[in-house]
Amino acid sequence: MAMMEYIDAIRLAMKEEMERDDSVFVLGEDVGLKGGVFTTTKGLQEQFGEERVMDTPLAESAIAGVAIGAAMYGMKPIAEMQYSDFMLPATNQIISEAAKIRYRSNNDWSCPIVIRAPIGGGIFGGLYHSQCPESIFFGTPGLKIVAPYSAADAKGLLKSAVRDPDPVLFFENKKCYKLIKEDVPEGDYTVPIGEANLLREGSDITVIGYSLPLHFAMQAAEELEREEGITAHILDLRTLQPLDRDAIIAAARQTGKVLIVHEDNKTGGIGGEVAAIIAEHCLFELDAPIFRLCGPDVPAMPISPPMEKFFMLSKDKVKAEMLRLAQY
Amino acid sequence: MSDNTKLTDVIMPQLAESLVSATIGKWLKKPGDMVEQYEPLCDLITDKVNAELPSTVEGTLVELLAEEGQTVSVGEIIARIAVAAPAGSSAPAAKAVPQAASAAPALGTPAAPGRPAALAPSAADAPMRSRYSPAVQTLAAEHRIDLGAVPGTGLGGRITRKDVLMFLENGGAAAVQAAPEARTVPEASQQPALQAIQAEVQEKLEPVRHSGLHLSESPRIPTIEVEGGLGSSSEYLIDVTPIRNTIATRMRQSVSEIPHAWTMIEVDVTNLVVLRNKIKDEFKRKEGINLTYLAFMMKAVVSAIKDYPIMNSVWAVDKIIVKRDINIALAVGTEDSVMTPVIKKADQKNIAGLAREIDELAQKTREGKLRLDDMQGGTFTVNNTGSFGSILSYPIINYPQAAILTFESIVKRPVVINDMIAVRSMANICLSLDHRILDGVICGRFLQRVKDNLESYTPDTKLY
Repeated sequence: MAMMEYIDAIRLAMKEEMERDDSVFVLGEDVGLKGGVFTTTKGLQEQFGEERVMDTPLAESAIAGVAIGAAMYGMKPIAEMQYSDFMLPATNQIISEAAKIRYRSNNDWSCPIVIRAPIGGGIFGGLYHSQCPESIFFGTPGLKIVAPYSAADAKGLLKSAVRDPDPVLFFENKKCYKLIKEDVPEGDYTVPIGEANLLREGSDITVIGYSLPLHFAMQAAEELEREEGITAHILDLRTLQPLDRDAIIAAARQTGKVLIVHEDNKTGGIGGEVAAIIAEHCLFELDAPIFRLCGPDVPAMPISPPMEKFFMLSKDKVKAEMLRLAQY
Repeated sequence: MSDNTKLTDVIMPQLAESLVSATIGKWLKKPGDMVEQYEPLCDLITDKVNAELPSTVEGTLVELLAEEGQTVSVGEIIARIAVAAPAGSSAPAAKAVPQAASAAPALGTPAAPGRPAALAPSAADAPMRSRYSPAVQTLAAEHRIDLGAVPGTGLGGRITRKDVLMFLENGGAAAVQAAPEARTVPEASQQPALQAIQAEVQEKLEPVRHSGLHLSESPRIPTIEVEGGLGSSSEYLIDVTPIRNTIATRMRQSVSEIPHAWTMIEVDVTNLVVLRNKIKDEFKRKEGINLTYLAFMMKAVVSAIKDYPIMNSVWAVDKIIVKRDINIALAVGTEDSVMTPVIKKADQKNIAGLAREIDELAQKTREGKLRLDDMQGGTFTVNNTGSFGSILSYPIINYPQAAILTFESIVKRPVVINDMIAVRSMANICLSLDHRILDGVICGRFLQRVKDNLESYTPDTKLY
């Protein structure tokens, strides 16, 4: 085990995968010489050269398009979108091309690309550096979507994503980059795509979520157990597409009271689908309405610090909602 | 700490997006030092930026809570500053900590150990007492439990799934005795009371959601109070027209991008006045237009630009672009705007030709008939501010040109010539210049040349 930051785990996963497989390469804006705006790809160009760590023009559509083409040619590209906010010009490439290649070619072709994109706010980034675009891609069959919460998962899931034979969107949380520092297993390991992870066992309420807000939920759960004797059962989805239905159903049945948390806004978010799965399968086990705590339905993250605070989830907000559910 | 000071915490700021911590490089102040507002306290080092941390308040640095070289999380306190508080502000007032919701009413119902009792009401107001969730009904059916015997610790006296499980664990009957008052609502009165109960639920227990539609939530929007509505009679609003908007944009761009400098010169135009008075009537007869001073002045400027071509240039950051054609933009005012139509290749025109063009453009402007072509290509702007009586003005450069020149009013003044006082017709000429391109010496020479040109008009000067 080694202590490392979330961002280091992502970098290490790319480094190890590139060492393992010559067909893996990285492309994106400023990923080479600069090593990424967040330093996610720092040192990779020095080690692997410009051919395998490519600086691209500021054209996300082209980054995705080049990656798709290379993937169909047998390469294993890891395309970086500098901020997930910027990946919308590439949605046509991702949704209409990458997601459909295997289906449309009757299994003759595949598209083993990974698209990494930092999501989330709370970093004083304002409208164009804070968005959570999961819901845009969520309903697209043919894509896999992962959003790790811990450094260990980030490394293991990125490795799985690189080895996956189909397109995977890897949504890393930029607030977690340096906030999360924890033990990460050494060496080559993978975390399977499509499996949720139980972070904590409890009997009063179930919290289901992914990415940064789970850290708030974990802190809140600790406080609630100490202060109120409430124990929370917390499930990290880890993979958003495909959702781990069995784990969701089992977690909901555990307490009958479910709170779903995510930073993406509520309407059309992942939480709605999770709630629907529970409604479809757990009617007679439910003990309370399904609660959702999400970003507000406003166009974007404000830059003003008090308004950013208003927009963002926090330990206190999650704790209040968990308490409300427990008391229901 | 004396009574009239209070301690202010200095916290680690977020220096850049995605940064969660920073390292203290060097403390620039030590405990006991006086600190002024905005004075640097220490150097901060991060992966992204190195910066000085300015003090947000004025006071005395009391203690340092982080050492040099220590990495501190954003939001953590790194130092304390004692600030002299204004007389009258009292610390005790702020110390009244509210003993808020933690104090719960004592209840008859036995709550699960450690569970919050705050929301478990007495039986009298337990509107949720007989609303059973699917989970509770499933468990009750499975274990053949009479739910009336189960104490409810949930919202509004509701029996939660966990209550049923606890009831089972405690052997059922034991719990029944422990909670007799939890079910005082008689079965019979329940049906008629249902409506009332539901109404009460809506009223008293607003957090209960009745559907999954979150849209029924009223959005939590920060309140912004606008003082003095727009309907007040002390002011009225004028819509910004597109042309006003363009003027505003261009002016702002010019003022913020171009470092303006200004200079003025005085010209004796007595001979010019004589010349114009001599020929203006004939000119009007022959050409059908008025012969204005502006044509003469413009000729003088164009000739001077020929001698100092740098006046006719544009700043291009790593170079200066000098324009070969001298296209004079002429500021023409209307009631509510100002336009700058262009006299193209003004250096190839004589005074009569310039007079004709000025007349044409001014007319077109007033009639709103200017075409895009009339507006483009200006390399130097002239503004006849004297036409509205100004004797001194500070014009804003017509972006991206290098300079703008104004002619002020011609006024008769006593002037000393050869130690004698004479009454002469005098006019000021003002010049605003882009100080990135032009300096005082060149502009002084240029204006001197304009002055010479204007003063060398004689009653015999030819217009053609």
